[in-house]
Amino acid sequence: MASVNVRWAINSALKEEMERDERVFLAGEDLGKAGGIFGVTRGLYEQFGEWRVKDTPLSEAAIAGLAVGAAAAGLRPVIEIMFDDFITIAMDQICNQAAKMRYLYGENFKLPIVVRTLCGTGFRAGSHHSQSLEAWFIHTAGLKVVMPSNAYDAKGLLKAAIRDDNPVIYMEHKSLFPYKSDVPDEDYIVPLGVADVKRIGEDVTVVATGLMVQKALAAADKLAEEGISIEVVDPRTLSPLDEDTILDSIRKTGRLVVVHEAVKPCGFGAEVAAIAAEKAIEYLEAAVKRVTAPFTPIPFGPAEDYYTPQEEDIIEAVRETMG
Amino acid sequence: MKELGAEELLAMYRTMVLARRLEERLCELFAEGKIPGWIHSRIGQEAVGTAACACVTADDYVVPYTNRAFHVARGVDLKLLVAEIFGKTTGYCKGLAGEAHVAALDHKLLGMSGIVGGQMPIAVGLGYATKVKGKGEVVLCNLGDGASSQGCCHESLNMASVWDLPVVFVCDNNLYAEFTPQREQMNIEDISVRAQAYGIPGETVDGNDVLAVYEAVARAVERARAGKGPTLIEAKTYRWRGHFEGDPTRYRDPGELEEWKARDPIPRFAEKLRQMNILDDKKAEEVEKDVAAKVAEAIEFALEGPSPSRHDILSASVYA
Repeated sequence: MASVNVRWAINSALKEEMERDERVFLAGEDLGKAGGIFGVTRGLYEQFGEWRVKDTPLSEAAIAGLAVGAAAAGLRPVIEIMFDDFITIAMDQICNQAAKMRYLYGENFKLPIVVRTLCGTGFRAGSHHSQSLEAWFIHTAGLKVVMPSNAYDAKGLLKAAIRDDNPVIYMEHKSLFPYKSDVPDEDYIVPLGVADVKRIGEDVTVVATGLMVQKALAAADKLAEEGISIEVVDPRTLSPLDEDTILDSIRKTGRLVVVHEAVKPCGFGAEVAAIAAEKAIEYLEAAVKRVTAPFTPIPFGPAEDYYTPQEEDIIEAVRETMG
Repeated sequence: MKELGAEELLAMYRTMVLARRLEERLCELFAEGKIPGWIHSRIGQEAVGTAACACVTADDYVVPYTNRAFHVARGVDLKLLVAEIFGKTTGYCKGLAGEAHVAALDHKLLGMSGIVGGQMPIAVGLGYATKVKGKGEVVLCNLGDGASSQGCCHESLNMASVWDLPVVFVCDNNLYAEFTPQREQMNIEDISVRAQAYGIPGETVDGNDVLAVYEAVARAVERARAGKGPTLIEAKTYRWRGHFEGDPTRYRDPGELEEWKARDPIPRFAEKLRQMNILDDKKAEEVEKDVAAKVAEAIEFALEGPSPSRHDILSASVYA
């Protein structure tokens, strides 16, 4: 067991999976010789060589298509779309080609692809480098979407994603890289489709994703001082969603707050709120609250702190559900 | 490059006739309302698909586009192909893919895209895998003139070029991207000059001369197998019918269709084979009879098959 940060956790997941299975290879912009712009893939090019850690031209559509074709031919590509804002260029290959191929070609066909992509604010880099676009992929049948909130889940989910025979979008929140948690030395996975109760509580269910899990946990400490006990549920996999864990929590607490950094309309929170309304309405004692970014593009610089949901926003929402 | 013997030449002739007669019947059946959705017929372009597929083996990959001569020449099961076009559960993809997405995995034919050009990055990925595997397998990728305006086309050519991927891109330039003539799509006359932008060989050939296409593609396949990277071949050709069945083709220059019908690749090749004493009236008649039977068998199989039920479409596998 060792205390490692998210960056190191991702790096070791990639390293171990590439050692375990020679079909696994990486491709993306500046992830090879440079080790990635945030150093996440450092050392892998030196260990595995240029055809398993491929520096690509600046061509997101071709990078994604590279994954589709290579997976169709029996390899297991883990591609990187550097910032999820750039994924717009790759949407055809991901959502029209990769997502639909198994349905069209039949159950004997599989496309084991992982798309690693940065999301979220914290870099002060503005409107084209800070978005959280997971909703587009949750909304696409044929894709799986995971969003770890800590080093343990980051490593386990990435390993599981690489071993999964479906296209998986793996969202790396860029502000989570320094966060440390205990990670086993031995091989382990975090299964896809299984949520995790990060903090047990009695009064309010707070479903949070990515960086917001860390903020919800910090908010939990402050709320505890006020005598409010929140249960923090981290879905970990956004699609397929572990509804049961969320519903069990709602049945216990009777109150639901969903926190995500993406915008509100048709966001992941809308999906959780709908599920709560469909399947646990009789347990809800207060209106559902969603804590999200405002419905605007993301401003440049420190002003993004007005955009990103903060602990105070979560605390406020929890207090409101308590009435 | 392999010299083509009499048997092989006759087989290519037969393939072209098969592709032609199949399309003629499909157009008739579509007009009768027997085929759902729509179909895109490329009568006139048989030489391109026939010649290109003659250059590759069963171990290579074929990524097709709308020119169904590629599917036919690849030797896929005609019954399963036609049943898929009819949207029947007995088709290659259980009727869920239809004409635009049909794949014959056992023939390594896949990646056809409803998004024009979307097949090209997939071909690049297949080429990456074959290069890494190191068995000398290549990827044949078909595209139209329209796709050569798509962003991902250029990303694909560039990526294949910088990594020397074994992908042979064969562009049917039939002068129209749906309704838009070439001169309104691009500033250039020959799409093959785009190869220069990627530092790869580009060649323009008479797409209605099956042997000319064969020679060019065979050279490109040889280069690809030898690790020398991709090639862009432009086959100048023409489609006799609209982009899709029902397209009234008001955009054609008058007299253009007749000009190109006079360059029909099938009688041109037949004439050559007659001069070589490989084809005569009796053999030609045999080919027509054999082809008619094959087409009829495939259509009957397709007509007989059921369409997918609600249960079929909901239970088809989305996730592994």
